Amino acid sequence: MNTHPALAPCQARQLRRLLETGLPLAAQPYLQLAEQIGATEDAVLAQMRHWSDSGLFRRVGLVLNHRVLGFRANAMLVLDVPDALMEQAGRQLGGAAGVNLCYQRPRRLPDWPYNLFCMVHGRRRDEVRARIDLLLRAAGLHHLPHRLLFSTRAFKQCGGRYAPGNNHE
Amino acid sequence: MQQACEPALGDLALRAANAYQHGMPLCARPYQAMAQALGCSEQQLLDTLRRLRQQGVLNRVGPVFEHRRAGASTLAALPVPPRDIPAVAARISQYPEVNHNYLREHRYNLWFVITAPHRDRIDQVLADIAATTGLAPLDLPMVQAYRIDLGFPLEAPA
Repeated sequence: MNTHPALAPCQARQLRRLLETGLPLAAQPYLQLAEQIGATEDAVLAQMRHWSDSGLFRRVGLVLNHRVLGFRANAMLVLDVPDALMEQAGRQLGGAAGVNLCYQRPRRLPDWPYNLFCMVHGRRRDEVRARIDLLLRAAGLHHLPHRLLFSTRAFKQCGGRYAPGNNHE
Repeated sequence: MQQACEPALGDLALRAANAYQHGMPLCARPYQAMAQALGCSEQQLLDTLRRLRQQGVLNRVGPVFEHRRAGASTLAALPVPPRDIPAVAARISQYPEVNHNYLREHRYNLWFVITAPHRDRIDQVLADIAATTGLAPLDLPMVQAYRIDLGFPLEAPA
């Protein structure tokens, strides 16, 4: 199989821009995209496989809106983890069931002392709070300074716009 | 608080959502391959996905880009005085570089993700936000990911 990117650079850029708003819901979505950028379906699929293999995509699938599905209790758990403990704490919380995201981020002292961020979704606040409490105790991290920032409103939720020259849609 | 009125997903929608949040076949007719695995027709699956999109349950079908490979991104936050929230939130949402924009319970109450082809552009957006709002944004780019999975298990609501 041909492993070289099959599209011209400008076509590849156009394709990336189109992908940011999602695949068409049509029997042959890649054919539709190919027609929009003046390429063949095979070339678009080859490019997709190349991007997928090279790690550009985190995943390819259905991207759901959890709030609409009733997952309205959305907590960002932030902790102030001593640097020496970070790797262990990150692995423990990142590996725990029910934690959707777990990132280390920089502290911004004196305004912001927290350096580990986890997202936990649930249907009710008290349920999310109890789950996080349990999680922190099981991991032996409950003594660390931490806060739960529940979201109260979503103003905007869409995919990232990385491709250059993508200023609308 | 809004009254909870979740759309009933239906059996096929629920199974499709659970099976294909994390990955789907990369082939010329992906919906046909998915339909085969789910035991329905391609047309039934496409109709279901279109309905989910209309209901707002499905944001889109396709790739979620890996930040570090796709470009630059950061998590930013602003301490917005309560009376200014609607105006500042609307201003922030206008940037095409901003995708998620949430209100959270903290002095830093407006949280949003900025993505761009390069870090330079993120710096420009942050500077522009600081200039137009008069507020100093926190800039919290990812240092290390311990979990990046964005999907979540769905059950039929009790």
